[in-house]
Amino acid sequence: MSAAQGGRFRSAGRWGLVAPRGGAANRRRPAPLIARFARNKLAVAGVLVVALFLFFCFVGPLLYSTDQTHTDLTQVNLPPSGTHWLGTDAVGHDELGRLMYGGKISLLVGLAAGLLATVIGTLWGAVAGYAGGWVDAVMMRVVDAGIAIPALFILLVVSAITSPGPLGLIVILGLVSWLVPSRLVRAETLTLKNRDYVLTLRATGGTHGRAIVRHILPNSVSTIVVAATFQVADAILLVAYVSYLGLGVQPPSTDWGGMLSAGLTAAYSGRWWLIVPPGLAIILVVCAFNAIGDGLRDAFDVRGR
Amino acid sequence: MDQLKPMDTTDTLLYLTRRVLQALAVILIVTIVVFCLLHALPGGPARGILGPQATGEQIAAFNHEQGLDRPLPVQYVYYLNTLLHGDLGTSYTLNEAVLRLIEQRLPKTLVLTVLSALVGLLLAVPLGMWQAVRRNKPADYVITTLSFVAYSTPVYFLGLILVLLFTQTLRWFPSQAPQGDTLAQVFADPAALVLPVVTGAASMIAVFSRYMRAATLENLSEDYVRTARAGGSRQGAILFRHVFRNSLTPVIAMLGYYVPVLFGGALVVEQLFNYPGMGLLFWSAAQSSDYPVLLGCVLVISVATVVGTLVADVVQRVVDPRVKGGRA
Repeated sequence: MSAAQGGRFRSAGRWGLVAPRGGAANRRRPAPLIARFARNKLAVAGVLVVALFLFFCFVGPLLYSTDQTHTDLTQVNLPPSGTHWLGTDAVGHDELGRLMYGGKISLLVGLAAGLLATVIGTLWGAVAGYAGGWVDAVMMRVVDAGIAIPALFILLVVSAITSPGPLGLIVILGLVSWLVPSRLVRAETLTLKNRDYVLTLRATGGTHGRAIVRHILPNSVSTIVVAATFQVADAILLVAYVSYLGLGVQPPSTDWGGMLSAGLTAAYSGRWWLIVPPGLAIILVVCAFNAIGDGLRDAFDVRGR
Repeated sequence: MDQLKPMDTTDTLLYLTRRVLQALAVILIVTIVVFCLLHALPGGPARGILGPQATGEQIAAFNHEQGLDRPLPVQYVYYLNTLLHGDLGTSYTLNEAVLRLIEQRLPKTLVLTVLSALVGLLLAVPLGMWQAVRRNKPADYVITTLSFVAYSTPVYFLGLILVLLFTQTLRWFPSQAPQGDTLAQVFADPAALVLPVVTGAASMIAVFSRYMRAATLENLSEDYVRTARAGGSRQGAILFRHVFRNSLTPVIAMLGYYVPVLFGGALVVEQLFNYPGMGLLFWSAAQSSDYPVLLGCVLVISVATVVGTLVADVVQRVVDPRVKGGRA
């Protein structure tokens, strides 16, 4: 959202003239970064929530084993009880087990799609910003066009055309949502590309690619990490929307959004246990990733979003 | 902030021309994307026009007749030409021109989104100002937390909870939106509009109270507020006469950036409450693989988004000359 937030600039020259090498941003001042992050209680809570949900979805099924592939028509729409802690759904799946099973896909797809989007966006933004001139102009108009096509709509169109599985969803989501990180990384690249160490590398015969890989990307690492965290939150939410609208993960597989797609029927018949748990799971995890993103942004002291 | 320069008209005109040209370029790229998707369809655009029942020979004949066997760039020019004549293709399932379908449904979606936006702004603006005045007090923290949660809540989940509460348990409002064809019929049943409008407004409240809070805080720290205070104006008068007016315009301009979110919200709200607008049209088209309708809607919504962004950029620049140039 462009110009509205203009005016706050990152302090230039944090690293002086000596170029830090790859990954150095992490090694340089490890304690203060973690300490600064840990001061943000909300962000720490976010890490805990994500860890809990990862445990719940990936280790949980080992402790609370349920059958999520076969339907059981004798155990349909049961309210929560001692045997089925969160009740059962319309085809007899145990709801708590389904929450773990669906969560696995929500988390995996969200994480992978968010990371893929960040990788694409980072490369695109770095190349555009570094190249400058008309290459930059064309590449950024493409980003503008991508942002002009609302992600949810294009996602539904492509899903309708390809009816993707989880892997396909990751790719489509990644291809649709890399635009914001590309803008952030481009802005970062613009401030970095005229630093003396980049110019020195060029003057001593280093290639453009080397300048990007060796200096631009490592020095943008804080921006990239923060963008990735928000990207994961958005991806989890987007996948939930697509599945809720019936074009995401298909039965018998499911994700948290898919579990809500029978929501209106459930709401009419007062089966809150089919709506509230997956809905709360989505909110908690998305809030957690957003909180982590906020915490990282403050700890790294980058602007953006 | 840059140096403050008095705005001169040639400067603004240049900026306007540049931004409009940029917007046109963006729309052109959008049409290329939609054109590519049209060609990525199973059966290609011929199937998009002849429908899913067409035979292979019919498609081949149609392709030759329409020049669809020619090189892609040539076809793209033809495609642009049909677009400029307002031809978005024909629906597979509804047997009607896509443009006509959108013309019928769009006003209903606009009613819903405008109502949601109004309700959202009417609540968000005072909330945001109140937060700014009581900054870092408990009320501010509570509202900030609520907006944070609302921002992460899927619209449909909120709608489902509202149905569970207000339709199923309390029986206050129906869960079916008004079904009438005309706008008068839509307004004839206000109780049925409550849940859809509230569902659509919720995320607006979350986002715009944040903007309003930030804008109010920024204005409260300006020199003119200090001057007014030193001159003996009361807090209420300052807030209302100066800060409110100066904060409101940029916040309302943000609505322009919010166009895609409004349409996305409409998609979910219309699907959930069965409200026959453009969102429901899009959703049913996605269920029945009605590609011409899907791509037509994408095109219309994208153009609306570009125009919204353009208007917001220009308004912000006129309101606040310190905002330079917009995006790269």
